[in-house]
Amino acid sequence: MLQLIVQIAVDAISLGSLLALTALGIGLIFGIMRLINFAHGDFIMLGAYALIVPSAADAAMMFIGVWPAPILVISVIAILIVVALASERIAFRPLRTADPSILLITSFALSFFFQNLVLMVYSGRPKGVPLWPDLVKPIYLGPIRVPELHIITVCVTLALLVLLVLFLKKTTIGVQMRAASEDFRMAQLLGVRGNRVIAAAFAISGLLAAVVSLLFVSQTGTLSFKMGVPLVLFAFVATVVGGMGSLVGAVLGGFVVGVSSIVFQAILPMEMRMNDDAWVFALVLLILLVRPGGLVSVKALQERV
Amino acid sequence: MDSRHITAIIRFLWTPLILSFIVLTIVLIVWASGDSVVARTITDGLIRTVLVIGLYIFIGNSGVLAFGHIAFMLIGGYAVAWLTMSPFKKSFALDLPAILADNQFPLFPSAIAAGLLPAIVAFIVGIPIMRLSGIAASIATFAVLAIFYTIYSNWDSWTFGASTLVGIPLYVNMWVALGWTVFAIFTAYLYQQTKYGLALRSSREDEVAARAAGINIPVQRLIAFVLSAFFMGIAGVLQAHFLGSLIVNGFWLGITFLSLAMLIVGGQRSLTGAVVGVIVVSTIVELLRQVEAGIQFGNFEFSLPGGFQELGLAVLMIVILIYRPWGIMGGHEVPWPFGHGKRILAGGFALAPPLPKDERK
Repeated sequence: MLQLIVQIAVDAISLGSLLALTALGIGLIFGIMRLINFAHGDFIMLGAYALIVPSAADAAMMFIGVWPAPILVISVIAILIVVALASERIAFRPLRTADPSILLITSFALSFFFQNLVLMVYSGRPKGVPLWPDLVKPIYLGPIRVPELHIITVCVTLALLVLLVLFLKKTTIGVQMRAASEDFRMAQLLGVRGNRVIAAAFAISGLLAAVVSLLFVSQTGTLSFKMGVPLVLFAFVATVVGGMGSLVGAVLGGFVVGVSSIVFQAILPMEMRMNDDAWVFALVLLILLVRPGGLVSVKALQERV
Repeated sequence: MDSRHITAIIRFLWTPLILSFIVLTIVLIVWASGDSVVARTITDGLIRTVLVIGLYIFIGNSGVLAFGHIAFMLIGGYAVAWLTMSPFKKSFALDLPAILADNQFPLFPSAIAAGLLPAIVAFIVGIPIMRLSGIAASIATFAVLAIFYTIYSNWDSWTFGASTLVGIPLYVNMWVALGWTVFAIFTAYLYQQTKYGLALRSSREDEVAARAAGINIPVQRLIAFVLSAFFMGIAGVLQAHFLGSLIVNGFWLGITFLSLAMLIVGGQRSLTGAVVGVIVVSTIVELLRQVEAGIQFGNFEFSLPGGFQELGLAVLMIVILIYRPWGIMGGHEVPWPFGHGKRILAGGFALAPPLPKDERK
């Protein structure tokens, strides 16, 4: 019984961590330019595909995936930062003043573009990718068995959150980013460079996507061109539940959605278990009806009259 | 009725008349050419038009970007399958209550009933959700879609689970789809000219001012939500009777994104934008598909690699939005070309929307 509870708790926190990191990547950009970046999931997908040699063959040949871990991590991060910055420069910068709905549709189009690009180059079949297979082995805490990877996921998430908080509080660009998400026009008038701040937000979201990508692939061991979609969908829901525009809210929302999804799967009776997503979304609906601004509501987003 | 009065009525109905005329012309050309493959493509396009007009009635008038409308299409499509499949075919896949299992209802009343069911669902879920604004409302409607999608995927006895349900009577051709399209165009236009439509559009421009003017925004949104759910349901009905089959997986993100993209590329703030969006995006898709299959220039055959169609569509959509951020129509309806005479019928002429900041010079 104890084993089961710990197992569920670890699964829940690990999924919550991945969603929290993804939600942060979305929330950071939303805070500054009111863009809900659906292509964030495809950044994650591209990072995973960067591990293998581009080819349509069934069996995946490892490319970056066999490099020593530190170089591997840095390369994937570098690739995704470039992808994120290029997306911003080409697709989103010309539309910066447009309505949020237009930005959202642009990000759909971008997401569609990336997915079909991968489909064209790598073919649509899911591919097996053994990234760091050693990490799946469990470690024993007394009588309790916990997969090492889940512990790593949680530690990496915590470390990144601490680093991000330090970055936002202690560096100039971080403070400027917070100012810009409070009031973009005002920050610009006070001398904050809009382009730099937005580029920094995209770079960080690329970095977060790279980390999620590596953690996710080493958990699932498979690649598919649609692998980013469920992640971004749940993370998007998480940012809204947490409170759009609030980074604390994004993290909180990620954990709420991740944990509730695992818990519903574990506690629902068998015949209702098939509908577990329906329960998660029902919970989301309920939270929104009770707190329309999300769990942590942000003043800057409320209309001033 | 003197000629001035008739002119006034024509002027009042100018937008739906011209839009219907365009759609009718396309259908007549295809009918005259007798090409049955193109006729199927056009029928598909007309069903999409009903779908996008359904989206427009809510999104365009309220300014709330709803992600969950495909749920109503799903509900409508399956409802009409329960009503109109022959009992023999139903017995293969479904396990319905006796009244549905043993009867086959006439097609047209079934279509209406299958449109009303999602409207009723929209009314019930809309009462709490319409109080929300902005992105919270978008996610709440998406949650509705996710809930119905998951339930329908697992509701084996009524929906055949995640498998394809076949054997729905085929009767939707170009003419049936045309009839519904014209009906949708006129209904959407007349609705947006009623006091309810205008009240909702004013809340789209400025929620606070509209509330101060005494407009009950949740109620106005609910009216549009129910009306739009009806047309979404009808789009589901038409698609079911056009393809003869239904699969729950077909009512998920793919169609949600495509239909929203059509609306926003055309211009979400006007009915003309909704119709133009369907025509433009469908034409782009069709042209790219033809190029991908290979086109002949004299002796030289030109073709593009597979997958180019999707990439091309994505790029063109981004380019259109960069150059026309409020969509192709930019919020305008079909303009009245015969000068600025006195308007006899009151109201009814939607204001041009405020331009986005970069064009406001």
